[in-house]
Amino acid sequence: MNSLWSLTLATLVKDIRLEWRSKDALNAMLFFSLQVVVIFVFSFDPLAEESRHIVGGLVWIAFLFAAVVALNQTWAREMRNQVLDAYRVSPAPANALFLAKALGNFLFVVVLQALMVPLFVVFYNLRALGPAWQLIPVAVLGTWALVVNGTFFAAMSLRTRSREIMLPLLLFPISIPAVIAMVAGTTAILTGESSAHFYIVLLLTYDVVFTTACLGLFGTILHAE
Amino acid sequence: MTDAEIPRTQPLVVVSGLIKQFGRFAALRGVSAEFDAGRFHAILGDNGAGKTTLLRALAGLSQPTQGTISIFGKSPLAACRDIGYMAHPSLLYDEMSGMENLRYFARLYGISGDARCEEAIRSVALDPELTRGVGQYSQGMRQRMSLARAILHDPTVLLLDEPFSNVDVNSAREMVHLLKDMRDAGKTIFVVTHQAMLLEGVADEFIWMQAGEIVDRTASAQRAPNEPKAAL
Repeated sequence: MNSLWSLTLATLVKDIRLEWRSKDALNAMLFFSLQVVVIFVFSFDPLAEESRHIVGGLVWIAFLFAAVVALNQTWAREMRNQVLDAYRVSPAPANALFLAKALGNFLFVVVLQALMVPLFVVFYNLRALGPAWQLIPVAVLGTWALVVNGTFFAAMSLRTRSREIMLPLLLFPISIPAVIAMVAGTTAILTGESSAHFYIVLLLTYDVVFTTACLGLFGTILHAE
Repeated sequence: MTDAEIPRTQPLVVVSGLIKQFGRFAALRGVSAEFDAGRFHAILGDNGAGKTTLLRALAGLSQPTQGTISIFGKSPLAACRDIGYMAHPSLLYDEMSGMENLRYFARLYGISGDARCEEAIRSVALDPELTRGVGQYSQGMRQRMSLARAILHDPTVLLLDEPFSNVDVNSAREMVHLLKDMRDAGKTIFVVTHQAMLLEGVADEFIWMQAGEIVDRTASAQRAPNEPKAAL
């Protein structure tokens, strides 16, 4: 167990270092999310009340599509110079690699959210009418739901000819329950019309089920040809 | 002492009826062979002969369609601590320095501290203090750093795929000399190469592959076209 966490940490640190030097994923994600904010601000000029009803969907669409960019990048750098083979021939556990990649993607998307949420608040004149603190569990659990499946399916589509197309095709359908919970939960908190409790529990359950499944299956994916 | 009286050790690597198919194409067609410990094996053959496929199967990167591989009596994946693998690509992160790369790969084998990484880098005649990314190294330096990664955990069996490709003659000779020293230190070395003459007088055995089969095993890099098959 010690070895699992120490290798997860070593791989995570390595990935952060690589991202810090190349900024491949963060730049692409930021650019994409900024475009979404700007396009929608100029497309319609909603009142504060209308904003509360639509922003939940807008925010998560922006983060979902932006996350796909990061997810593709995270494995693409393992394929350059076939570095993944060096991991495959080592005695390191497969799950350490998976956890590091998922945590790395989580971190990158959280950084993106930290930069983008203030823009959403300003441009859409947002103020939560429900308990605002509940946005934190919705954001954390929702983001993990996206990245844990995304990391897994990105690894699965790694050796396919058109992996950039394969990833959304695999990821989006299976993420529908989580995306619905994220959007409905965020809207419930912003409008204050209903409780987000149900959606938080749904996201938590979704995360537990899919994290367990991904950890159980990742070894097979890693060593597949 | 006659040949029959010479005590034979258990072969280190045993390949038995190895078949590897990619769809309908058979890259390996029933390869069976035994390889003794502490010897330098050069694997030769034309493009598409199955050399790299055989090496990847020995490394545990490619699962056989049929047949078995035994290294120290274990499967390649179970014996991974005893195997060092160097592929044609560098298996290194271009954005990180050689030392940073090796420090990460050392962790995968449970090696902590910089001493072993520095030793591996120095053993291939590179400087551990180099701070620039591996992507900015010359091809020869990258190949040597790749070799340093492969020997980092002091494996008993070294599997090297085209280690001399795109390397100038002097660097290639230095690498051959280094590999000879490793063999003399007791390592078992498999080298896939098209530059057989570089290994003349160094390799103990030349394994000739053709169309997914081992067709000959000779002591010299020279092979007569119609030479009868040696016992495999």
